[in-house]
Amino acid sequence: MALTRRTLLTLGGGLAATTALAACGSNTGRTAAPSASPAGTPAATPSGTPDPDAGRPALSQWYHKYGEDGVEAAVKKWAAEYPGAEVNVNWVLADYEKTLAAALLTPTAPDVFEYANGPTLDMIKAGQVADLTDTIGSSRGDFTPSVLDRLTYQDKVWAVPQTVDMQLLYYRKDLLEAKNLTAPTTLEQLTHVATTLAEGGDIGGFFAGNDGGIGVLGLLLMWAAGADEMNEARTEAAFNTGDFHAGIAQFKQLFDSPGMVKSASADWSDASPFINGEAALQWGGMWDLPKVIAAHGENFGVLPFPAIGGSGRQVVPFGAFSACVSAKSANVTAAKNFVKWLWIDAEDKQVEFSDAFGTHIPAKPKLFGQAKQVAEGPGADAAKFVTDHGRSNALFWTPASGEAYSTALSNVVKNGADAATEFGAAAEKVTAELARVA
Amino acid sequence: MADGSRSGTTLARSNRRWFWTFVTPFLAGLVVFVYVPLLWSLYLSFFDARNTVTPTSFVGLGNYTYLLQDRLFVDSMVTFIAFALFIVPLTFACSLALALLLQRITVLRAFFRSAFFLPTAVSYVIASMVWRMSFFHGARFGLTNTVLSSLGLDTINWLGGENSWYWLVLVSLRLWLQVGFYMILFIAGLNQIDPQLYEAAALDGASAWRRFRHVTFPLLRPTSVAVAMLLLFNAFQAFDEFYNTLNTVGGYPPYARPPLVYLYLISFGSGAQDLGIGSAGTMILTLVILVFAFFQNRLLSIGADK
Repeated sequence: MALTRRTLLTLGGGLAATTALAACGSNTGRTAAPSASPAGTPAATPSGTPDPDAGRPALSQWYHKYGEDGVEAAVKKWAAEYPGAEVNVNWVLADYEKTLAAALLTPTAPDVFEYANGPTLDMIKAGQVADLTDTIGSSRGDFTPSVLDRLTYQDKVWAVPQTVDMQLLYYRKDLLEAKNLTAPTTLEQLTHVATTLAEGGDIGGFFAGNDGGIGVLGLLLMWAAGADEMNEARTEAAFNTGDFHAGIAQFKQLFDSPGMVKSASADWSDASPFINGEAALQWGGMWDLPKVIAAHGENFGVLPFPAIGGSGRQVVPFGAFSACVSAKSANVTAAKNFVKWLWIDAEDKQVEFSDAFGTHIPAKPKLFGQAKQVAEGPGADAAKFVTDHGRSNALFWTPASGEAYSTALSNVVKNGADAATEFGAAAEKVTAELARVA
Repeated sequence: MADGSRSGTTLARSNRRWFWTFVTPFLAGLVVFVYVPLLWSLYLSFFDARNTVTPTSFVGLGNYTYLLQDRLFVDSMVTFIAFALFIVPLTFACSLALALLLQRITVLRAFFRSAFFLPTAVSYVIASMVWRMSFFHGARFGLTNTVLSSLGLDTINWLGGENSWYWLVLVSLRLWLQVGFYMILFIAGLNQIDPQLYEAAALDGASAWRRFRHVTFPLLRPTSVAVAMLLLFNAFQAFDEFYNTLNTVGGYPPYARPPLVYLYLISFGSGAQDLGIGSAGTMILTLVILVFAFFQNRLLSIGADK
């Protein structure tokens, strides 16, 4: 291709600009705002033709690196299609949360960014994110209520859900049928099924991670036993009850039984142990649904985590990457408008985001039918689980609370420590944390 | 005389100029990247500094009392004091033993030195992955479990938390990564000892043990003090191999949790950014290291002047 003088100048100018940006080390993905032009008139390009970008605000948008192919290209394409602003996508390759947290402390924070389950309580209280209640407006009712509740604090919505991911229990239908077992809906049944299936020694029973499920099932055990992290007023831990202790004792029975697979070729987040025949039941992620379908066809089913005890309930945890707007943005209104355009109005893109790259659930139930992976079969079951049994960790559940709780759980289940003492200490810590962050 | 004085002054001035030319960049780096963050961290430790580096809510010693009343933080400190008391003498003894062995052999000495030193060049993260996913994988096909199975023994879920098997994994990994480096320091120290002292001791009929006890060990004192100090700092600052060996998709397990890992989890876990608590924790840890270093130094210096 022959280089024209104009092309050369454009390239030279671009190179200089790139060098300048690199030199100051402030590449946030946001391009420089266009220089002011006379009101209402688009600035002219060097060739004299009107520049369609002139007058449009510049926005930067951050995503974490999705594992599925094609996501990056899709979100960049959508950003380019947006008519209201020049949106520059920054695809953060590693350590997204830490990088973003650091960026939010600076004046060059991204205008729009995604965050798992919306912003943290500290982000909201530090004034780092903008209130999106008006942005979501009358569309509030379109979203799965449990998902939107997680993004709501003091009756204000702080993020718009992009898509929903969840965890669920995979089980092999043929193996259960061969031993006249029914799909477990209670922990007692799960223990019985897992132990019975493991009896021959040909296949393991239930697998939930190489730590015996303590890590991933932690809060699930609490919820499934009918307990909650804290009371409604968020002033006190609410899980330290006799029913909960009895529920954990039931889980310990499963943990100590031959039906529990405590180590496998991969961790719980990878369905390989279920696919390879190392376990007949596995706690896993919805993201592995295509792999499981490819391996077992229709010979498997999915379930929520079983209820524990008389006051228990079936439950699934979900996570929703959600779009937030930085309160420091120079163009908060433009950023909100972009979020509205992409994650509230553009339902075709929302379906594509959930369905075309891996398996996810659209954040709006009315779109389930359009996403072919959740329109029927196990995918449809999974989507229904989120609506009917979905839970996510509470906004006020701090990392210190999580550490206190998981330590108590591990001590009780693995070391046989006294439940009342251990969970009593954990509850004390959680209550103190609630007072600290309130 | 006057000319000599002038040229001396010029030389001194030139030396000073070169001194500052070479020292300034490093001094600036030290100040900007070490002392300023250190002092800033000290400042932050007195504030409620969640999601901010310019806090306004002064809490005095609140972050310190929060941590000192946190059972899990105190537990992790106690565990790691015990770990330091175990790992420091063990690494010290293994490194010294290897150095002494390599001093005695006459063939392939360079090869063995390199072979034992090589793990020092390996990334802690990579070594942790190899230990976790190959040698000590809890599944039946893990290397160690394959050996156990072939001997008719039960396999072990090494990192699962039961029976504290994870300590064997972590200690073996740490020794493999660190022994070579301290071995080299000891070899350098051994090379400083005058061979005539050994000849004189041999002529006096001193056994190998007595030569080590009365010649080698006392004369290695400066190296020993340095090695012990570095090992102590390292033990309290343990992070990489613990985090990368034990952390899973479900999170870091509630055992073998070094203080730094615990601080990292409560300050930066799940998207948190609690710089006040994190800074207070690092200040407490620094203080503990200084106290231990002081007493260790005093202990190792006993008899130094004799």
